Amino acid sequence: MESADGAARTLPSTRRLSRGPLFGRAHGRFGLSPSSWLLPPAPRSQVGPGCADPQTTAFLLRKQWTLYSVTPLYRFSNARLRDYARLLSACIAAEKQKGLAVEVGVELDIKVAVSSLPDLKGSDQDQAAILVQLSSRSPASQKNSEEKLIWSGWFCCVFGDDLSENVPEDFTCLPLFLANGAETYTSIVGSWFQKTFDCCFRRLAISPLNLSWMAAMWTGCKVDKTVSAIELVFSVPCLPHPLDISYAIHPEDAKALWDTIQKTPGEITQEEVDVFMDCLYSHFHRHFKIHLSATKLVKVSTAIASAHCDGIIKFLQSQYLTGVLMLLTELAISQIQ
Amino acid sequence: SEKMQRRRSSKTPKQPLQVLHHKTQTDLSAWRKGGRIDPEKSVQNHQSLNDQKNDSKQDSLEEALSYFETVQDRVSLKKNSVLQKHLTTVESIALQRGLPPEGFDVLLNVALSGKLADTVNTRLLKSLVPASVIPETSVVSSVSWLCVSKCSGNIQLLFLRWLITMFDFIDHKEQLHALYGFFFSFLQDEKMCPYVCHLLYLLTRKESVKPFRIRRLIDLQAKMGMQSHLQALLSLYKLFCPELVTITLPGKMKTYFKNSEGPWKAAINTVRRRNQNSPVSQPLFLGTAQPQSRKRKWNTQLIIPVRSKTKNNLEEDREKNRIDLYSTNESFPVEQLQTFSQLLQNIHHLEFPSQMGSVLTNPLLLHYMNCIKDESIYLRLYYWMGQTLQEECTWCVADNNQYEEEFKDFLETVYKTECFLQEGFSSCEEFLYKSLPLWDGFCCRSQILRLVSWIPLSNFSEMKSHLYDPLAQLFFTSSLYFKCSVLESLKELLLNWLNWHVIHLDSESDSQVHSLNTTLSGLVNVVAELIHFVGWISTVALRLENNPTFLLYFILDFYETVCDMYLRYNLPLLIMPPAGVFYPALLSMDSVSLNQLCYIMYRY
Repeated sequence: MESADGAARTLPSTRRLSRGPLFGRAHGRFGLSPSSWLLPPAPRSQVGPGCADPQTTAFLLRKQWTLYSVTPLYRFSNARLRDYARLLSACIAAEKQKGLAVEVGVELDIKVAVSSLPDLKGSDQDQAAILVQLSSRSPASQKNSEEKLIWSGWFCCVFGDDLSENVPEDFTCLPLFLANGAETYTSIVGSWFQKTFDCCFRRLAISPLNLSWMAAMWTGCKVDKTVSAIELVFSVPCLPHPLDISYAIHPEDAKALWDTIQKTPGEITQEEVDVFMDCLYSHFHRHFKIHLSATKLVKVSTAIASAHCDGIIKFLQSQYLTGVLMLLTELAISQIQ
Repeated sequence: SEKMQRRRSSKTPKQPLQVLHHKTQTDLSAWRKGGRIDPEKSVQNHQSLNDQKNDSKQDSLEEALSYFETVQDRVSLKKNSVLQKHLTTVESIALQRGLPPEGFDVLLNVALSGKLADTVNTRLLKSLVPASVIPETSVVSSVSWLCVSKCSGNIQLLFLRWLITMFDFIDHKEQLHALYGFFFSFLQDEKMCPYVCHLLYLLTRKESVKPFRIRRLIDLQAKMGMQSHLQALLSLYKLFCPELVTITLPGKMKTYFKNSEGPWKAAINTVRRRNQNSPVSQPLFLGTAQPQSRKRKWNTQLIIPVRSKTKNNLEEDREKNRIDLYSTNESFPVEQLQTFSQLLQNIHHLEFPSQMGSVLTNPLLLHYMNCIKDESIYLRLYYWMGQTLQEECTWCVADNNQYEEEFKDFLETVYKTECFLQEGFSSCEEFLYKSLPLWDGFCCRSQILRLVSWIPLSNFSEMKSHLYDPLAQLFFTSSLYFKCSVLESLKELLLNWLNWHVIHLDSESDSQVHSLNTTLSGLVNVVAELIHFVGWISTVALRLENNPTFLLYFILDFYETVCDMYLRYNLPLLIMPPAGVFYPALLSMDSVSLNQLCYIMYRY
């Protein structure tokens, strides 16, 4: 993976198919890994713009979210969220009707709610996050109107200036989509968005390199009560029975290690991450004689969040939510461009 | 029929060698004697044998059908061996391949007319498995038999279950919808009621919901109690016309209807599996609904989306139009755009479809796109194409190997669109830069090389590392044919660049923007780099392959374009073929190469 930085691609002219969009391709997006990363200013203060109100975002925590990258939405308007909810519920009802006659199964009355989360963003140029929730009301007890949340998904953009600064006004940049719930609903909602706003959804996978970045970054974050250990899961394929190795490290030890490695507070470089991981690998090797560097890192769990290479994330701390989202937004944008 | 078969096998394409001819003869005789067939037979022999087997089966089916057509009353199964034979023929063929559409008419008539005993009728109905479709006429005539009630009640029930199971195989359903009232009248029979309800459930449309039918259903419910099948039908009526059905229905029933598939389930599965494996060309693209086969990912976009109007713009348009009195109020719906004259008439109030990807296959919309200089259109297309190409690339993403054919077709479509527009897509260019380093040179080869020839002309300084290096790597390690294909596509690339340059030299309006970054000297450098690259790989290739004429032809073809650059395309560049190309051409034994070389020298 080459990090082709400084590829001097001159700005393409406007209004030509053969010219790309007006992006200053200073980073030469044909390579992948960032050579350095600025840490998110963390922890976010409780007051001020762009901080996530812990109450509204409490429902985001401790749930498994599947990640998708979304290209900019065309002609999406924040003022018409109710209309979108209506159209989406009609679409879902139509899909349900397509079921076979033999099982007229799902008598669930599905209600769609589309709302905006104005606090969940990074800079002021970012679009406010959009939340879509599907809840079912059992028709038997209509007075009760006890609604059960069956699916939720939200679009967000945290410090996505790279993408949004060069895109014309008709487009809304919300490159990250997170979904929790049944895959059938994800497909229905996603297809509706694709048809209506001409966008593309793609599963966002997290490479082992990015996972190791996350491990290093999240280890360095200060957490109030260090309960959970830092766990790394490696998978060894190509054996008769694929082997999964789980490596748990005491969080304080890991943080101590990281503090000795990191030189500039607020900035992380690739070398520091490599050193950190090498230390962990060599420690493991000393005890078990297994070279973890030859295996594939598939999952990272820390006190802040846990991430799986298939593109599944779980947020555990609300104060670092924006930071993790910033990282994920960056990954999503790199998959779009 | 045996004579026919012998004739057919001798019609197999004449083998030039005597040996193979003898082989056909021996195999045929072996088959006739019922003896062992030589395992080393050629493919054609195997084919002809299979055909013979199929034909014999077909013949016996035809015999059986003609028998059933003319059978008289009261033939007992136990006593009549002919009937038994034909019955077993029909059953076995039905289970293996399914029956052809012509067979249904005859067999349904026999089964429902009560001519033969119930055992025969049951076996007939159970073997009515379609190979492809069931003609509607046969179903209509069998419904008329049902009304006459010549057959026993059990057979009627079995027929209804058959109709429910095979509902999707019936080719047209207009007449069946017209028979809705007939089916409805069968509700009074208690035994038939559940199945009739199921059938009505499948047939009901909004027009079928009439107040008297609703009343009838409610009466039946009062008489028989709350039956799940009646509930199902009522709730469907309520869905269509909620104002007519005022009673409250308890919801939350998992299954309303009993599964009727039983007797046919195994046979249907066999037939379905066979049909899936057979190379039936599925209309995967271009305006048809999304096929079911592509279930693996819902966001798969290899299927070019259907053209449909943007729905969410209606309100905005209305507001705009209140201000602008002179424009027409509605925009022309994109689905109706069929001819060029329509495009010309409606060009000022035409809207692009909601998913830009669908313009790829529509030349009219492509024309329109050329006229409209709207950046958002290009951006939408850019994102959609870029994402689709990256997502579906068969060698970049691990699971995609099985979808190579579809990806090839998609690349073909993109290429054709580029040829139509005479312009390359930048998303396609980026896709090539990302995927060429990983390409094996084999997968979708001709499509990729053709797409390479449409890379737009620009000052991209990294072209060497992103295009030339991966191509060179593949070039040197590949076959002669691949080398020639690459040279041909690079020649096309040069031609496209030169054409582009000529066109944009003329259009002064672009010069302002153009001159920002694509100066003439910049262009000249890029073109020169390409030519030097081709010169280099040609020299090495000639040495590797020991100067074959075939390769030399393609190389000199490239240089024929090069020598015309100044005179025809106004690009002030003069590059001679390198020594490694010139001398082999000069000293070659073939007149073709010499001819080309002389032409080049003449042009200079």
